[in-house]
Amino acid sequence: MNWELLFQLTLNGLIVGALYGVVAMSFVLIYKASQVVNFAQGEFLLVGAWACWWLLTTFQLPFIAGFLLTLVFMTLFGLILQVVVLRPLIGEPVISVIMVTIGLSIFFQALMKWLFGVFAQPFPPIFETNKVNIAGLEVQTVYLLSLAISLVIMGGFAWFFTVSKHGLAMRATAFDQQVAQSLGISVRQVFAMSWAISAVVSSVAGVVVGVVNGVSSALSFYGIKVFPAVILGGLDSVVGAVVGGLIIGVLENVAHFVDSEFLNWGNMFQIAPFYVLIIILMIKPYGLFGTKNIERV
Amino acid sequence: MQTTPMLEAAHVSLRFGGVRALTDVSFAVRPGELFSIIGPNGAGKTSMVNCISGRYRPTEGSISFEGADITSLRPNARAGLGIGRTFQNLALFGHMTVLDNIMVGRHHLLKHGFLTGMVYWLGGAQKEELRHRREVEDIIDFLEIQHVRKAQAGTLSYGLRKRVELARAVALRPKLILLDEPMAGMNLEEKEDMARFIIDLNEEWGMTVIMIEHDMGVVMDISHRVMVLDFGKKIAEGAPDEVMANEHVRRAYLGEADEVLVDPDEAAPVS
Repeated sequence: MNWELLFQLTLNGLIVGALYGVVAMSFVLIYKASQVVNFAQGEFLLVGAWACWWLLTTFQLPFIAGFLLTLVFMTLFGLILQVVVLRPLIGEPVISVIMVTIGLSIFFQALMKWLFGVFAQPFPPIFETNKVNIAGLEVQTVYLLSLAISLVIMGGFAWFFTVSKHGLAMRATAFDQQVAQSLGISVRQVFAMSWAISAVVSSVAGVVVGVVNGVSSALSFYGIKVFPAVILGGLDSVVGAVVGGLIIGVLENVAHFVDSEFLNWGNMFQIAPFYVLIIILMIKPYGLFGTKNIERV
Repeated sequence: MQTTPMLEAAHVSLRFGGVRALTDVSFAVRPGELFSIIGPNGAGKTSMVNCISGRYRPTEGSISFEGADITSLRPNARAGLGIGRTFQNLALFGHMTVLDNIMVGRHHLLKHGFLTGMVYWLGGAQKEELRHRREVEDIIDFLEIQHVRKAQAGTLSYGLRKRVELARAVALRPKLILLDEPMAGMNLEEKEDMARFIIDLNEEWGMTVIMIEHDMGVVMDISHRVMVLDFGKKIAEGAPDEVMANEHVRRAYLGEADEVLVDPDEAAPVS
């Protein structure tokens, strides 16, 4: 057995899994605050990555400047999306809202293809060295950066929800909108804020993946990968999203290992997470950390 | 002497399709008053409170708070003006601690937000936080819930949860507090405690109170004035003993005599 490859893949799994966890957290954030299942989550990554790529290549901005501008842009993007498209849908049936997010997903994919073409575009090189050696394992520098960013974002979420005033307001809104309003919390603001934060955080993941693999519509596949992660962790649990993301990331890579070493079936790693999705839904439909009585859609 | 009423409802009607929850209800609550709304089940008491807190918009009529029309304000804006409330069915944030529940009530009073909070020590956010914590502790002391401060709200007994809910509404520092059945489902001792808290809120903390309550004994004991609703119409208003002496009220409550449905034109206002 090729232990070195297994370690390498497990490490990759954790790093990619942390990214899944970040995207899953932003998905859960929207679900928790506004009870919307967002099928356009992957497009947040896509739009963010393309925006950053465009800023870097067209204006030759340094990476940090382009990245910060992207975050500003994505904040506005999330806010406007919520206010223009989703606010009028408050009180409409769940299925209508889901259909709208699916529509948004298709719309933004097509828009990005129209604006930037259908081919993957590489980011300009950002780091001096592409790979570093850690205990004999080759790791891409950008992956290390992504792990660091993921941890910072997770820490930020923890701080936001436990300490900050808006985090408390968001939790209150998630529990009971009526009561939250009676305590002076503007539910509209909370919704808008959740979409803005979700868009920004997802776009960070989008840029990181874009730097590694190049920017292409394949990025929006993360929006689909997020489903096994959040179903595994529980739809309304932020901690669950992180744990689910890590498990799915590792599982994918282990499946890749098993496949390439023993089975040779081909792309098993791509479908393994969805087997987990189905199994979890059969044996533990609320996920590992989810609330028991939430409505499944 | 005529002072501006704290709250004034003018010809408020509320309809849900064909159901008339409230019909032409007018009343005024003076600052510092402890005002109770009573009536049989389905009389429209909670609907009236929901109109005041902003949950419902009256179909007709207007509601003004300290002289300003608030009929079209959203609930959170009304909370900002100083109208707090509790709910008939317990509505605590079950997974949060008692302390967090109460801190949510201070939401609109916290000036520091997401960004300014990050510069915690520089911007005076720490000082602000300390001040809020002290006030929250005052409220906790007042309602005698010190021992459950860190407990999850969902794990508490019913009577305690009611008290925590009151604490959360009080944390808003409202000028007017709306209590929707604060004593429902309580035993005698808990009721006495709650009545004492309400009187203290009114007298020592200077809050104007509008209360819905079914326990006639308590209502008659602690209220300054009482309004009686029946089938969405006001049938009486006045001091507790006057109201209890009113024939329509007795009829609505006890089902005396032949006619239970009271026509408002017949209903003579008491005071």
